[in-house]
Amino acid sequence: MSASGGGIAAPVRPGPLAPYLGLFRMRLVRGLAYRAAAAAGVATQFFWGFIMISVFQAFARAGYSPLDPREIASYVWLQQAFLVLVVVWFRDAELIRLITTGDAAYELVRPVDLYAQWYARLLGGRLAGAALRSLPILLVAGLFPEPWRFHLPPDLAQAGLAFVALALAAALTVAVSMFAYILALVTLQPYAAFILLAPLAEFCSGLLVPLPFLPDALRRVLEWLPFRAMLDLPARLWSASLPASDSLRPFALGLAWLLVLVPLGRAALAAALRARDVPGG
Amino acid sequence: MGLWFRYARVALMGQFSKRSNLVVVTLAQLFLTLSALAAALVLFGRFGTLAGYSRDEVLLLFGIAQVSFSVVELLARGFDSFSAILAQGEFDRILVRPRGTILQVLGARLEFSRLGRALVGALILAHALRALGPAMGSGGPALAAARYATVASMTLGSGAIFAGIFVLGASLAFLSPDGLEVVNIFSDGGREMSQYPLSIYDKALRRFFTFVVPFGCVNWLPLEFALGRPGASWPAAFLPFAGFAFLALSFLAWRAGVRRHVSTGS
Repeated sequence: MSASGGGIAAPVRPGPLAPYLGLFRMRLVRGLAYRAAAAAGVATQFFWGFIMISVFQAFARAGYSPLDPREIASYVWLQQAFLVLVVVWFRDAELIRLITTGDAAYELVRPVDLYAQWYARLLGGRLAGAALRSLPILLVAGLFPEPWRFHLPPDLAQAGLAFVALALAAALTVAVSMFAYILALVTLQPYAAFILLAPLAEFCSGLLVPLPFLPDALRRVLEWLPFRAMLDLPARLWSASLPASDSLRPFALGLAWLLVLVPLGRAALAAALRARDVPGG
Repeated sequence: MGLWFRYARVALMGQFSKRSNLVVVTLAQLFLTLSALAAALVLFGRFGTLAGYSRDEVLLLFGIAQVSFSVVELLARGFDSFSAILAQGEFDRILVRPRGTILQVLGARLEFSRLGRALVGALILAHALRALGPAMGSGGPALAAARYATVASMTLGSGAIFAGIFVLGASLAFLSPDGLEVVNIFSDGGREMSQYPLSIYDKALRRFFTFVVPFGCVNWLPLEFALGRPGASWPAAFLPFAGFAFLALSFLAWRAGVRRHVSTGS
C-alpha cells in the first residue's frame, strides 16, 4: 500500500504541456479514423468548389475584376482544401455533449487548465479533418484543366508565408469558435452561439465571396477584424494576389487579435464557470 | 390526407413544446439564407450583371431555389433522413401498418424550422416578381398569365426535383445503410447551383444537370420565356414538368427498394 502510495506521490514529472499535447494527439488520431466521412466531404467540396469558381469567374467576365480567373481558382481550392481548419461551423460534437450534459464538471476536477484543454482538442480535431481532406483536393485540383486548375505559388517564399498564414488561421479560428462553446456552457443551448457566429465568420473571412470582391468601404472595415486572417489572408498569399511585401500588416493584425482573443476567452470561460451550476446528477 | 394532417399536427405540437430549439434552428436557416443572399448582392454590386442576366432576374432563380428547397425539406425530411429511420427500426413498424409507406415516411419527420429559409426565399421571390413585373406583363394578359404560370411551374418542378433526390437517396439507403452524404451534393449542391443560371457552368456539368437531374429544365431554359425575352420559345415553358417525371422515376426506385428490404432489427 505504502509502496504504491509512494509511487503516486513521486511520479515522473511530465512537462507542463504534456496533458494538452496528449489531448491534442488523441483528437488528431481519432479524427484521422473518420476516413469515410472525409471522403464524402472531399466529394462535396469538389462540387462546391466548381460551383463557386464558375460563379465568380462568370461574374468577373462582366467587368474589371480584382482577381483574375487563375487567382479565383486557387483562392477557392485552397479554401475548400482547408475548410475544416477554418470554418466556425465545424463543431466538436463530443465537447458540446460534455458541456450540455454537465459532464464538463468532471474536467474541472482534473488539475489542468480547462481553456488550454479545450483549445488543444479543438485544434487537434480540425488538424485531423484538414489533413485527410486537403491533400486529395489540392493534388486533384492541380490536374484540372484551365480555368479550374489549382496553381502553386510563384516562389517558395510566398508558399512558406501561406503556410504560416494557415497556421495563424487555425489558431485564430479555434480562439474565435471557443466563444461559441463558452456560450453553450452559459445557455446550455448547444448550437445557439454558432447560428450567428458561423454565417458571420463565413462572410467576413471571405468564404462566401473572396474579400477583394466586396465594396471597398466594407472591405476596409473587415480587414481590421480577426476573420480576415482566418481565410482570406492564406488564400490571397497562396494565389499570389497579395504580394508578400503587403502581408506584414494583416499578419500583425491577426497575431494581435490572437493575443487579445485567447486571454479574453480564458476570462470568459472562468466567468462562465463561476456563474454556472452544473446540470445533471 | 386526413392522416397526414394528423401527423403534421403531432409534429408541430412536438416541435413547439421544445420551442427554444425550434427558434434556434429556424434562425440558423434564416441567417444561412441571408448570408448567401448577401454574397449574391455583393457580386452584383461590383459587377452589375451575370452572363447577360440582371440582378433581379437572377434573384428570381434564387428565390425559386430557396423556396422550393426549403418547403420540400420541411415536408420530405423523412426521406432525407431515411437512413436514421432504417437504422432505428422505425421502418419495420411502418411496414406492418395498413397504410402506404410514402405517406408514413413523410409523416415521420416534418421540419418546421425550414420555414426560416422559406421566409427569406419567399421575400426574395416577391421582390423579383415585383421588379420584373413590367417585362413579364408585356404583350397582353394571356401572355403575362402564361409567364407567371411558368414561374409557378418552375418552382413546383424544382421542388419535385429536390423531392426526387431525397426519395432516391432514401432508396439508396436500402442498399447501404450508412454514409449517404454524397446525396447532399445533389440536394444542397443542387440548391446552391440552381440559385444562378445554369448557363454559367461548364457544359458537362450543365448537361448532367439537364438530362439526368433536370435542374436545367426549371432554371435557365424556361427562364427566357418567363422573363418575356424577345425570341424566347414558348415550348420551353413546359420543360419544368420534367421535374415531375424525375420524381415519378425516383418513386419507382423507392418501390424497388422497399420490395428488396430485409429488416435489420431483432
